[in-house]
Amino acid sequence: MSWPLSLLRAGAVAAAGLLLTTSVTGCFSNKQNEGAKLYQTHCASCHGDQGEGLRRLIPPVAASDYLVKHRNELPCLIRQGLNGPIVVNGIEYNQVMPGHKTDLTDADIANLLNFIQQNWGNHNPPYTVREISELLAPCNGSIIR
Amino acid sequence: MLHSFFRVPALFLGLMLTAGFGLFGCSETTPPQEERLSILGLKRTAPTSPSDTLPDPIPSFTLTNQEGKTINNQTFAGKVYVTDFFFATCPSICPKMQSELLRVYEAYKDNPNVLFLSHTIDPAHDSIPVLRDYAERLGIKDASRWHFATAPHDTIFNLARAYMTGAQVDKTVQGGFAHSGTFALIDSKRRVRGIYDGMEKSQVDLLIHDLPILLKEEAEAKQTAAK
Repeated sequence: MSWPLSLLRAGAVAAAGLLLTTSVTGCFSNKQNEGAKLYQTHCASCHGDQGEGLRRLIPPVAASDYLVKHRNELPCLIRQGLNGPIVVNGIEYNQVMPGHKTDLTDADIANLLNFIQQNWGNHNPPYTVREISELLAPCNGSIIR
Repeated sequence: MLHSFFRVPALFLGLMLTAGFGLFGCSETTPPQEERLSILGLKRTAPTSPSDTLPDPIPSFTLTNQEGKTINNQTFAGKVYVTDFFFATCPSICPKMQSELLRVYEAYKDNPNVLFLSHTIDPAHDSIPVLRDYAERLGIKDASRWHFATAPHDTIFNLARAYMTGAQVDKTVQGGFAHSGTFALIDSKRRVRGIYDGMEKSQVDLLIHDLPILLKEEAEAKQTAAK
Protein backbone atom coordinates (compact mmCIF):
# COMPACT_ATOMS: atom_id res chain seq x y z
CA MET A 1 0.00 0.00 0.00
CA SER A 2 2.72 2.45 1.00
CA TRP A 3 5.06 1.45 -1.82
CA PRO A 4 2.88 2.62 -4.79
CA LEU A 5 1.97 5.73 -2.84
CA SER A 6 5.58 6.74 -2.29
CA LEU A 7 6.33 5.92 -5.93
CA LEU A 8 3.47 8.18 -6.96
CA ARG A 9 4.79 10.92 -4.71
CA ALA A 10 8.31 10.58 -6.09
CA GLY A 11 6.88 10.75 -9.59
CA ALA A 12 4.94 13.90 -8.76
CA VAL A 13 8.01 15.55 -7.26
CA ALA A 14 10.08 14.60 -10.31
CA ALA A 15 7.43 15.99 -12.64
CA ALA A 16 7.19 19.22 -10.66
CA GLY A 17 10.98 19.50 -10.62
CA LEU A 18 11.17 18.96 -14.36
CA LEU A 19 8.49 21.56 -14.97
CA LEU A 20 10.30 24.04 -12.76
CA THR A 21 13.68 23.56 -14.40
CA THR A 22 12.30 23.75 -17.93
CA SER A 23 10.33 26.90 -17.20
CA VAL A 24 13.23 28.53 -15.37
CA THR A 25 15.95 27.67 -17.86
CA GLY A 26 13.64 28.57 -20.73
CA CYS A 27 14.86 32.09 -21.28
CA PHE A 28 15.82 33.49 -17.87
CA SER A 29 18.29 32.49 -15.26
CA ASN A 30 16.76 32.05 -11.84
CA LYS A 31 18.02 35.41 -10.58
CA GLN A 32 16.56 37.42 -13.48
CA ASN A 33 13.23 35.69 -13.01
CA GLU A 34 13.31 36.76 -9.39
CA GLY A 35 13.82 40.36 -10.49
CA ALA A 36 10.80 40.18 -12.80
CA LYS A 37 8.67 38.85 -9.94
CA LEU A 38 9.88 41.57 -7.58
CA TYR A 39 9.09 44.18 -10.23
CA GLN A 40 5.54 42.84 -10.66
CA THR A 41 4.97 42.83 -6.90
CA HIS A 42 6.48 46.16 -5.93
CA CYS A 43 6.65 48.40 -9.01
CA ALA A 44 4.25 47.40 -11.79
CA SER A 45 1.07 49.03 -10.47
CA CYS A 46 2.67 52.48 -10.78
CA HIS A 47 5.46 52.07 -13.36
CA GLY A 48 3.40 49.77 -15.60
CA ASP A 49 3.62 46.12 -16.65
CA GLN A 50 6.19 47.01 -19.31
CA GLY A 51 7.91 49.79 -17.36
CA GLU A 52 6.15 52.38 -19.48
CA GLY A 53 5.14 54.72 -16.63
CA LEU A 54 1.93 56.79 -16.84
CA ARG A 55 1.83 59.89 -19.02
CA ARG A 56 3.51 62.79 -17.15
CA LEU A 57 2.45 61.40 -13.77
CA ILE A 58 4.74 58.40 -13.27
CA PRO A 59 8.16 58.24 -14.97
CA PRO A 60 9.03 55.22 -17.11
CA VAL A 61 11.73 52.75 -16.12
CA ALA A 62 11.80 51.47 -19.71
CA ALA A 63 14.44 53.16 -21.88
CA SER A 64 15.12 55.55 -19.04
CA ASP A 65 18.18 57.80 -18.97
CA TYR A 66 17.79 58.10 -15.20
CA LEU A 67 18.99 54.51 -14.75
CA VAL A 68 22.31 55.43 -16.38
CA LYS A 69 22.78 58.91 -14.94
CA HIS A 70 21.85 57.99 -11.37
CA ARG A 71 22.99 54.38 -11.31
CA ASN A 72 24.70 54.64 -7.91
CA GLU A 73 21.74 56.34 -6.24
CA LEU A 74 19.14 53.76 -7.29
CA PRO A 75 19.58 51.32 -4.36
CA CYS A 76 18.95 54.10 -1.81
CA LEU A 77 16.09 55.45 -3.95
CA ILE A 78 14.32 52.08 -3.71
CA ARG A 79 15.11 51.76 0.00
CA GLN A 80 14.00 55.27 1.00
CA GLY A 81 11.47 56.15 -1.66
CA LEU A 82 11.17 59.58 -3.20
CA ASN A 83 9.17 62.69 -2.48
CA GLY A 84 9.75 65.60 -4.82
CA PRO A 85 10.49 66.41 -8.45
CA ILE A 86 12.53 64.08 -10.64
CA VAL A 87 13.58 64.54 -14.28
CA VAL A 88 13.47 61.45 -16.50
CA ASN A 89 14.19 61.64 -20.25
CA GLY A 90 13.89 65.41 -20.03
CA ILE A 91 10.42 65.41 -18.44
CA GLU A 92 9.79 66.53 -14.88
CA TYR A 93 7.66 64.28 -12.68
CA ASN A 94 6.50 64.97 -9.15
CA GLN A 95 4.87 62.09 -7.31
CA VAL A 96 5.44 60.19 -4.11
CA MET A 97 7.27 56.91 -4.43
CA PRO A 98 7.01 54.72 -1.32
CA GLY A 99 10.23 53.29 0.09
CA HIS A 100 11.02 49.74 1.07
CA LYS A 101 12.49 50.22 4.50
CA THR A 102 12.47 46.60 5.66
CA ASP A 103 10.82 44.30 3.14
CA LEU A 104 13.63 43.98 0.57
CA THR A 105 17.09 42.58 1.24
CA ASP A 106 20.19 43.84 -0.57
CA ALA A 107 19.99 40.72 -2.76
CA ASP A 108 16.34 41.53 -3.61
CA ILE A 109 17.29 45.07 -4.62
CA ALA A 110 20.15 43.66 -6.73
CA ASN A 111 17.79 41.26 -8.52
CA LEU A 112 15.17 43.94 -9.04
CA LEU A 113 17.61 46.55 -10.36
CA ASN A 114 19.41 44.06 -12.58
CA PHE A 115 16.09 43.11 -14.15
CA ILE A 116 15.25 46.76 -14.86
CA GLN A 117 18.77 47.67 -15.99
CA GLN A 118 18.74 44.94 -18.64
CA ASN A 119 15.19 44.98 -19.98
CA TRP A 120 12.79 47.20 -21.94
CA GLY A 121 15.46 49.05 -23.88
CA ASN A 122 17.92 49.38 -21.02
CA HIS A 123 21.33 47.80 -21.64
CA ASN A 124 23.26 48.70 -18.51
CA PRO A 125 25.80 46.62 -16.58
CA PRO A 126 24.43 44.58 -13.67
CA TYR A 127 25.20 45.15 -10.00
CA THR A 128 26.73 42.62 -7.65
CA VAL A 129 25.00 42.16 -4.29
CA ARG A 130 28.15 43.43 -2.60
CA GLU A 131 28.04 46.60 -4.72
CA ILE A 132 24.39 47.12 -3.71
CA SER A 133 25.29 46.78 -0.01
CA GLU A 134 28.06 49.37 -0.43
CA LEU A 135 25.73 51.74 -2.29
CA LEU A 136 23.14 51.33 0.49
CA ALA A 137 25.64 52.33 3.19
CA PRO A 138 25.17 56.13 2.80
CA CYS A 139 21.43 55.80 3.60
CA ASN A 140 22.02 53.14 6.28
CA GLY A 141 19.89 50.85 4.15
CA SER A 142 21.85 47.63 3.95
CA ILE A 143 19.76 44.62 4.95
CA ILE A 144 21.39 41.20 4.75
CA ARG A 145 19.41 38.22 5.94
CA MET B 1 -22.35 20.83 13.81
CA LEU B 2 -24.16 19.05 11.02
CA HIS B 3 -26.86 21.64 11.16
CA SER B 4 -24.56 24.62 10.73
CA PHE B 5 -22.71 22.77 8.00
CA PHE B 6 -25.84 22.66 5.87
CA ARG B 7 -27.17 26.06 6.68
CA VAL B 8 -24.68 28.04 4.62
CA PRO B 9 -25.09 26.10 1.35
CA ALA B 10 -28.87 26.24 1.78
CA LEU B 11 -28.71 30.02 2.14
CA PHE B 12 -26.41 30.20 -0.85
CA LEU B 13 -28.75 28.01 -2.90
CA GLY B 14 -31.61 30.25 -1.87
CA LEU B 15 -29.72 33.30 -3.11
CA MET B 16 -28.85 31.59 -6.37
CA LEU B 17 -32.49 30.67 -6.92
CA THR B 18 -33.60 34.22 -6.21
CA ALA B 19 -30.98 35.51 -8.61
CA GLY B 20 -32.14 32.97 -11.18
CA PHE B 21 -35.78 34.04 -10.90
CA GLY B 22 -34.69 37.61 -11.05
CA LEU B 23 -33.01 36.97 -14.36
CA PHE B 24 -36.06 35.20 -15.73
CA GLY B 25 -38.16 38.11 -14.61
CA CYS B 26 -36.13 40.45 -16.80
CA SER B 27 -36.01 38.25 -19.86
CA GLU B 28 -39.81 37.91 -19.89
CA THR B 29 -40.39 41.63 -20.16
CA THR B 30 -37.65 42.35 -22.73
CA PRO B 31 -36.74 40.39 -25.84
CA PRO B 32 -33.96 37.90 -25.01
CA GLN B 33 -31.51 39.28 -27.58
CA GLU B 34 -31.66 42.77 -26.08
CA GLU B 35 -29.06 43.30 -23.38
CA ARG B 36 -29.96 45.57 -20.53
CA LEU B 37 -27.83 46.52 -17.56
CA SER B 38 -29.13 45.78 -14.05
CA ILE B 39 -29.98 48.52 -11.62
CA LEU B 40 -27.60 48.19 -8.69
CA GLY B 41 -27.23 49.93 -5.37
CA LEU B 42 -28.49 49.70 -1.84
CA LYS B 43 -31.88 50.59 -0.40
CA ARG B 44 -31.56 52.48 2.85
CA THR B 45 -34.69 54.59 2.67
CA ALA B 46 -38.11 53.22 3.56
CA PRO B 47 -40.08 51.91 0.54
CA THR B 48 -42.73 54.34 -0.74
CA SER B 49 -45.01 51.42 -1.62
CA PRO B 50 -44.87 47.63 -1.23
CA SER B 51 -43.65 47.32 -4.81
CA ASP B 52 -40.87 49.89 -4.35
CA THR B 53 -37.77 47.74 -4.28
CA LEU B 54 -35.50 50.03 -6.29
CA PRO B 55 -32.21 51.07 -4.72
CA ASP B 56 -31.67 54.65 -3.58
CA PRO B 57 -30.50 56.97 -6.35
CA ILE B 58 -27.16 58.77 -6.01
CA PRO B 59 -27.87 61.59 -3.53
CA SER B 60 -27.61 65.27 -4.41
CA PHE B 61 -24.05 66.50 -4.30
CA THR B 62 -22.04 69.67 -4.75
CA LEU B 63 -18.35 69.32 -5.55
CA THR B 64 -15.58 71.54 -6.92
CA ASN B 65 -13.58 70.42 -9.94
CA GLN B 66 -9.98 71.02 -11.01
CA GLU B 67 -10.90 74.38 -12.57
CA GLY B 68 -12.51 75.56 -9.33
CA LYS B 69 -15.97 75.26 -10.87
CA THR B 70 -18.90 74.00 -8.83
CA ILE B 71 -20.31 70.76 -10.16
CA ASN B 72 -23.46 68.97 -9.03
CA ASN B 73 -26.00 66.42 -10.26
CA GLN B 74 -27.14 68.93 -12.87
CA THR B 75 -23.65 68.84 -14.43
CA PHE B 76 -24.36 65.21 -15.34
CA ALA B 77 -28.01 65.66 -16.37
CA GLY B 78 -28.89 63.72 -19.51
CA LYS B 79 -25.46 62.04 -19.52
CA VAL B 80 -24.02 58.82 -18.25
CA TYR B 81 -20.84 58.92 -16.24
CA VAL B 82 -18.12 56.73 -14.84
CA THR B 83 -16.84 57.54 -11.39
CA ASP B 84 -14.01 56.47 -9.11
CA PHE B 85 -12.19 57.50 -5.93
CA PHE B 86 -8.48 58.25 -5.77
CA PHE B 87 -5.95 60.62 -4.27
CA ALA B 88 -3.07 62.38 -5.95
CA THR B 89 -0.31 61.00 -3.74
CA CYS B 90 -1.70 57.46 -3.69
CA PRO B 91 1.29 55.16 -4.05
CA SER B 92 -0.49 51.85 -4.43
CA ILE B 93 -3.44 51.24 -6.73
CA CYS B 94 -4.31 54.68 -8.11
CA PRO B 95 -1.85 54.92 -11.01
CA LYS B 96 -2.98 51.52 -12.30
CA MET B 97 -6.63 52.46 -11.71
CA GLN B 98 -6.37 55.84 -13.41
CA SER B 99 -4.49 54.36 -16.36
CA GLU B 100 -7.36 51.88 -16.79
CA LEU B 101 -9.94 54.69 -16.55
CA LEU B 102 -7.86 56.59 -19.07
CA ARG B 103 -8.40 53.65 -21.43
CA VAL B 104 -12.19 54.06 -21.07
CA TYR B 105 -11.85 57.82 -21.52
CA GLU B 106 -9.82 57.36 -24.71
CA ALA B 107 -12.47 54.96 -26.05
CA TYR B 108 -15.28 57.53 -25.45
CA LYS B 109 -13.33 60.75 -25.87
CA ASP B 110 -15.47 61.84 -28.79
CA ASN B 111 -18.81 61.06 -27.18
CA PRO B 112 -20.04 64.09 -25.19
CA ASN B 113 -22.74 61.93 -23.54
CA VAL B 114 -20.13 60.06 -21.50
CA LEU B 115 -18.50 61.95 -18.63
CA PHE B 116 -15.94 60.98 -16.03
CA LEU B 117 -15.76 61.95 -12.36
CA SER B 118 -12.82 61.17 -10.09
CA HIS B 119 -13.26 62.10 -6.43
CA THR B 120 -10.27 62.74 -4.20
CA ILE B 121 -10.50 61.01 -0.85
CA ASP B 122 -7.72 63.26 0.49
CA PRO B 123 -9.25 66.74 0.22
CA ALA B 124 -6.80 68.10 2.81
CA HIS B 125 -3.89 67.57 0.43
CA ASP B 126 -5.57 67.56 -2.98
CA SER B 127 -6.34 71.24 -3.39
CA ILE B 128 -7.67 72.56 -6.69
CA PRO B 129 -4.17 73.34 -8.04
CA VAL B 130 -3.03 69.81 -7.09
CA LEU B 131 -6.04 68.31 -8.88
CA ARG B 132 -5.46 70.52 -11.92
CA ASP B 133 -1.81 69.46 -12.06
CA TYR B 134 -2.81 65.80 -11.71
CA ALA B 135 -5.37 66.06 -14.52
CA GLU B 136 -2.91 67.85 -16.81
CA ARG B 137 -0.21 65.29 -16.14
CA LEU B 138 -2.69 62.57 -17.01
CA GLY B 139 -3.32 64.40 -20.28
CA ILE B 140 -6.87 65.58 -19.50
CA LYS B 141 -7.23 69.06 -20.91
CA ASP B 142 -11.02 69.25 -21.02
CA ALA B 143 -12.28 69.49 -17.44
CA SER B 144 -15.90 69.36 -18.62
CA ARG B 145 -15.36 65.77 -19.77
CA TRP B 146 -13.37 64.40 -16.87
CA HIS B 147 -13.86 66.15 -13.55
CA PHE B 148 -11.31 65.70 -10.77
CA ALA B 149 -13.40 66.80 -7.84
CA THR B 150 -13.06 67.67 -4.19
CA ALA B 151 -15.48 68.32 -1.34
CA PRO B 152 -15.44 68.09 2.45
CA HIS B 153 -14.30 64.73 3.69
CA ASP B 154 -17.72 63.50 4.90
CA THR B 155 -19.39 64.37 1.60
CA ILE B 156 -16.84 62.31 -0.32
CA PHE B 157 -17.05 59.31 1.97
CA ASN B 158 -20.87 59.33 1.89
CA LEU B 159 -20.76 59.49 -1.90
CA ALA B 160 -18.30 56.59 -1.97
CA ARG B 161 -20.90 54.48 -0.21
CA ALA B 162 -23.59 55.53 -2.66
CA TYR B 163 -21.29 54.63 -5.56
CA MET B 164 -20.61 51.26 -3.88
CA THR B 165 -16.91 51.97 -3.42
CA GLY B 166 -15.05 51.24 -0.22
CA ALA B 167 -13.11 54.25 1.08
CA GLN B 168 -11.92 54.95 4.58
CA VAL B 169 -9.07 56.51 6.54
CA ASP B 170 -6.53 53.84 7.45
CA LYS B 171 -3.22 54.95 8.90
CA THR B 172 -1.79 51.45 8.60
CA VAL B 173 -1.75 51.40 4.80
CA GLN B 174 0.66 53.29 2.57
CA GLY B 175 -0.73 56.72 1.80
CA GLY B 176 -3.10 56.70 4.79
CA PHE B 177 -6.34 55.72 3.03
CA ALA B 178 -7.80 52.34 2.29
CA HIS B 179 -9.98 52.32 -0.78
CA SER B 180 -11.05 49.96 -3.49
CA GLY B 181 -10.41 50.56 -7.15
CA THR B 182 -14.08 50.34 -8.07
CA PHE B 183 -15.49 52.11 -11.13
CA ALA B 184 -19.23 52.80 -11.03
CA LEU B 185 -21.32 53.44 -14.15
CA ILE B 186 -24.19 55.85 -13.50
CA ASP B 187 -27.18 56.52 -15.77
CA SER B 188 -29.03 59.80 -16.33
CA LYS B 189 -31.54 58.85 -13.61
CA ARG B 190 -28.73 58.74 -11.01
CA ARG B 191 -28.81 54.96 -10.82
CA VAL B 192 -25.78 52.67 -10.56
CA ARG B 193 -25.85 50.44 -13.62
CA GLY B 194 -22.54 48.66 -13.27
CA ILE B 195 -19.59 48.29 -10.92
CA TYR B 196 -16.19 47.16 -12.14
CA ASP B 197 -12.83 46.44 -10.53
CA GLY B 198 -10.59 49.14 -11.97
CA MET B 199 -7.51 47.06 -11.23
CA GLU B 200 -8.64 44.27 -13.58
CA LYS B 201 -8.24 44.76 -17.30
CA SER B 202 -11.00 42.24 -18.07
CA GLN B 203 -13.44 44.15 -15.82
CA VAL B 204 -12.58 47.44 -17.49
CA ASP B 205 -13.07 45.76 -20.87
CA LEU B 206 -16.55 44.81 -19.62
CA LEU B 207 -17.23 48.46 -18.78
CA ILE B 208 -16.17 49.48 -22.29
CA HIS B 209 -18.55 46.78 -23.57
CA ASP B 210 -21.43 47.86 -21.27
CA LEU B 211 -21.35 51.58 -22.07
CA PRO B 212 -23.00 51.32 -25.52
CA ILE B 213 -25.79 49.19 -24.02
CA LEU B 214 -26.58 51.95 -21.55
CA LEU B 215 -26.19 54.68 -24.18
CA LYS B 216 -28.69 52.85 -26.41
CA GLU B 217 -31.17 52.65 -23.55
CA GLU B 218 -30.70 56.36 -22.81
CA ALA B 219 -31.20 57.28 -26.48
CA GLU B 220 -34.39 55.21 -26.64
CA ALA B 221 -35.71 56.80 -23.44
CA LYS B 222 -35.09 60.25 -24.91
CA GLN B 223 -36.95 59.31 -28.10
CA THR B 224 -39.93 57.98 -26.13
CA ALA B 225 -39.99 61.15 -24.04
CA ALA B 226 -39.93 63.31 -27.18
CA LYS B 227 -42.96 61.52 -28.70
